[in-house]
Amino acid sequence: MSKNKVSRRQFLSYTLTGVGGFMAAGMLMPMVRFAVDPVLQPKASSDFIPTQQKVADITDVPTRVDFKFEQQDAWYTSEETGTAWVYKDDKGEIVALSPVCKHLGCVVDWNSDKANQNHFYCPCHGGLYTKDGTNVPGTPPFAPLDVYPYIEKDGYLHLGKAEPKKGA
Amino acid sequence: MLNKIYDWVDERLDITPLWRDIADHEVPEHVNPAHHFSAFVYCFGGLTFFVTVIQILSGMFLTMYYVPDIKNAWESVYYLQNHVAFGQIVRGMHHWGASLVIVMMFLHTLRVFFQGAYKKPRELNWVVGVLIFFVMLALGLTGYLLPWDMKALFATKVTMQIIESVPFIGEYLKILIAGSADIVGAQTITRFFAIHVFFLPAALFALMAAHFVMIRKQGISGPL
Repeated sequence: MSKNKVSRRQFLSYTLTGVGGFMAAGMLMPMVRFAVDPVLQPKASSDFIPTQQKVADITDVPTRVDFKFEQQDAWYTSEETGTAWVYKDDKGEIVALSPVCKHLGCVVDWNSDKANQNHFYCPCHGGLYTKDGTNVPGTPPFAPLDVYPYIEKDGYLHLGKAEPKKGA
Repeated sequence: MLNKIYDWVDERLDITPLWRDIADHEVPEHVNPAHHFSAFVYCFGGLTFFVTVIQILSGMFLTMYYVPDIKNAWESVYYLQNHVAFGQIVRGMHHWGASLVIVMMFLHTLRVFFQGAYKKPRELNWVVGVLIFFVMLALGLTGYLLPWDMKALFATKVTMQIIESVPFIGEYLKILIAGSADIVGAQTITRFFAIHVFFLPAALFALMAAHFVMIRKQGISGPL
């Protein structure tokens, strides 16, 4: 044996710290992984949900389309009703807007406010959006209405999961 | 009789110094409202503690009826408030106490601030006090969801929007707290319940212990 670089006291304190740290980690690791599990869940692939709206019947006036879907909330399954405002824009493209106000999550209505014709109006705090979902400056919302991606299948409109409007 | 029991235990375990250390200390004249009425401002810290004790006790009893589940939470609150004897009182204590504890804590903070009592050597106790303040706010926030009524739901949706606005990690933070990417639901209420009833009180006890140990060690700051 050459020089004692590690004293007996140091060796013991390192070993005890190491073993103690290992035991603490072994105890905490399962708990932490348990707690963060929702964050690490893969994003649910958004299926397109069928609606009762025939694509051919869509006009240039926003129409309310309700659709039912099964929502899985952990151990709780429920049937929920979603809503979209659907119309064809100037180019004939279908636009499906989410009715959830971007201010505080109330539900907007088309053309319901007499003072603001041809606008989406939120009754909670007077939020306004133009027909293409753009928020009117000076009203509470800070972003345009979310947009549903859509596909056409057998002549019926199918809607995906609403996303923030691009280029907003 | 009680004296004899005390003496019997004290003879074996010498418990007198234990409680003497805690209870037997002088209250300086300048903090005693009996001497100077204006010294009532020194009561706010103690009042905060008093209301906190009420919160802990009433909260413990509320969990005898409360169920943290989306189908039963509101029903269980309705039941305990309207069908259980003194339910309205016990829930009322917890409901109003939650606001009162914030008020008392705020007044206590103002007193410490305007008297400059946070200055050296008491800076650390100020820091711990601010941490207690944050824990109390978090308790109020998590408790707000538990009755599972409309106000609770929408307040929590707004909370989630606020959390989501944190740069870079906002979305992950939101999922961590809500338990789900886009639903304020079954996993949110169990999480909030666990945080409200176990995690935050544990943090609160540790911080309060540190707060009180420090004030005993350093004593109350001198007269102005």
